[in-house]
Amino acid sequence: MEFSTLANPSATPSTAGDASLHDGSRRDFLFLATGAGLAVGAGAVAWPLVASMAPDAAVIAAGAPIEVDLAPIQEGQIINVFWRGKLIFVRNRSEKEVKEADAVKMSELIDPQADSARVKKGHEKWLVVYGNCTHLGCVPIGHSGPYDGWFCPCHGSLYDTSGRVRRGPAPTNLPVPPYAFQSDTKIRIGEEGPKEGKAAA
Amino acid sequence: MSAHGNTYVPKSRLAKWFESRLPIAGLVHSSFIAYPVPRNLNYFWTFGAILSAMLGVQIITGVWLAMHYEPSAAGAFNSVEHIMRDVNYGWLLRYAHANGASMFFVAVYVHIFRALYYGSYKAPREVLYILGVVIYLLMMATAFLGYTLPWGQMSFWGATVITNILAAIPVVGDTIQSLLWGGYSVGNPTVNRFFSLHYLLPWMIAGVVVLHVWALHVTGQNNPAGIPIKSGKDAVPFTPYATVKDVFATVAFMILFAWFIFFQPNYLGHADNYVPANPAVTPAHIVPEWYFLPFYAILRAVPDKLGGVILMFGAVMILALAPWLDTSRIRSCNYRPIYRQFFWVFFAVCIILGWLGAKPPEGGYVIAARVCTFYYFAHFLIVMPLVGLFETPKALPGSILESVTGPGKQVSGSGVPAGAAAAPSTKG
Repeated sequence: MEFSTLANPSATPSTAGDASLHDGSRRDFLFLATGAGLAVGAGAVAWPLVASMAPDAAVIAAGAPIEVDLAPIQEGQIINVFWRGKLIFVRNRSEKEVKEADAVKMSELIDPQADSARVKKGHEKWLVVYGNCTHLGCVPIGHSGPYDGWFCPCHGSLYDTSGRVRRGPAPTNLPVPPYAFQSDTKIRIGEEGPKEGKAAA
Repeated sequence: MSAHGNTYVPKSRLAKWFESRLPIAGLVHSSFIAYPVPRNLNYFWTFGAILSAMLGVQIITGVWLAMHYEPSAAGAFNSVEHIMRDVNYGWLLRYAHANGASMFFVAVYVHIFRALYYGSYKAPREVLYILGVVIYLLMMATAFLGYTLPWGQMSFWGATVITNILAAIPVVGDTIQSLLWGGYSVGNPTVNRFFSLHYLLPWMIAGVVVLHVWALHVTGQNNPAGIPIKSGKDAVPFTPYATVKDVFATVAFMILFAWFIFFQPNYLGHADNYVPANPAVTPAHIVPEWYFLPFYAILRAVPDKLGGVILMFGAVMILALAPWLDTSRIRSCNYRPIYRQFFWVFFAVCIILGWLGAKPPEGGYVIAARVCTFYYFAHFLIVMPLVGLFETPKALPGSILESVTGPGKQVSGSGVPAGAAAAPSTKG
């Protein structure tokens, strides 16, 4: 822009001689105090702006654990449930599917994890996993692909009957959400049971 | 704007009174009336004006759409259908806005390839060029945010895929994702804040456009010969020459735009986006809008999630390094016989990447995408530095005038005072 037309270009503000008129320490103090005030103020303004974007109290409250009744789920069936807006697959695995998952050698896996570490002891036929591909979050299609698990239509990732990734680009297995069996036909998704600890890690 | 003499002389007393208090008339005069324009510019140089027009179209239609749109997971899809069916001319506003985004990218890609072909990124225009890359990045963010707003299947899954891309960033990725979602997944808070950001970013684009035009008027325009204005005879005044040419090109471009609006309004969209968002079902074939396809192909070409994300962003960011990667002192490809061929190979690779981005990620498509991704980066990191060192350029014309009329001929008269015309190149 055109800055050359100052009202009076020759009237440049003078800074010469000030040091001799004032004690330097007072000016230094004002400089530092102003700078510190500015930094603290900027932080104090930025913090609430950023924090307000985090999940709010209503969203957190709506994220309480949910109960899922397993009784109506037929063998081989996969149902979709939502917890915290996230899709979760609950799969009633056939004996053959459990065996397949158990028999896999760890060395064959991209993200090695035993099937037993992904289910609850005594309830091996039930697989509970998040239903979004660990690549970019698409929903994989159940009962498809060469491993009988899931096939992701977006970028071609394959999962086995334990929800473990068998072919990329997905980097990790479908994670197991925190959940616990209330009874043989009921689970509670959202927190671990008191005794089971980190079975679902 | 500051680089050339202000030849504006206010005539009336009121104009004098105002000019001495706010010299805006002089600014407009020196920037858009007396401003010296190289006389050899071709129609590729009209795309800056076309882009300004498209930004205006997008802002105006967008502000009007916002009067009827409801930014919530429950209401967004229905409010878009309400715009289409109930609002007077709502269909026109929405089709203009949706196709306007595509036309905006058509124009920006022509503009970018023009800059790359004619070496407009080279000194002294590096800052001008980098501001352009910043605008392009802001456009991509704005387009992505806007595409999520109708909350159809493609909107929802596009938002899911892109926010999951950000989660791949080490250490802070999950926090960024959570702050964008405003929840544990893409949901109501997400569409609400995406609307807010979609409304914000165009004004940031407008701000950077002002800087872009400012930088342009400091260095002066590049031109097909890639040589600076040396005398008044090399230039013509912006008004009427560039003004009329820009308006003519913009009108022609608007005819293409109108053809899409009125005859093919959904050609560039996806039918799946007329299905309401469903977090339990991903569309069988999920692809971004056409203008993101080359980058999507690069993302998918890499078997590693983080690696894919780095290369995808790197593909845009590497544009900003072009001024320093290109070692040739000759700007225009018209005088660079070797590099010119590489340029067209690069152009073809970008088109092929776009085509591959729309194909399913399997078999030969993945291999082709990997080869093209390699070449894309090799063009910047290997071809640009090396060709500049080894190539023997053709002889440059003595002046812009000579490049138009041939050597030795005289053209009488010029609308630009010699001093004003010479200023941009000397100050640059």
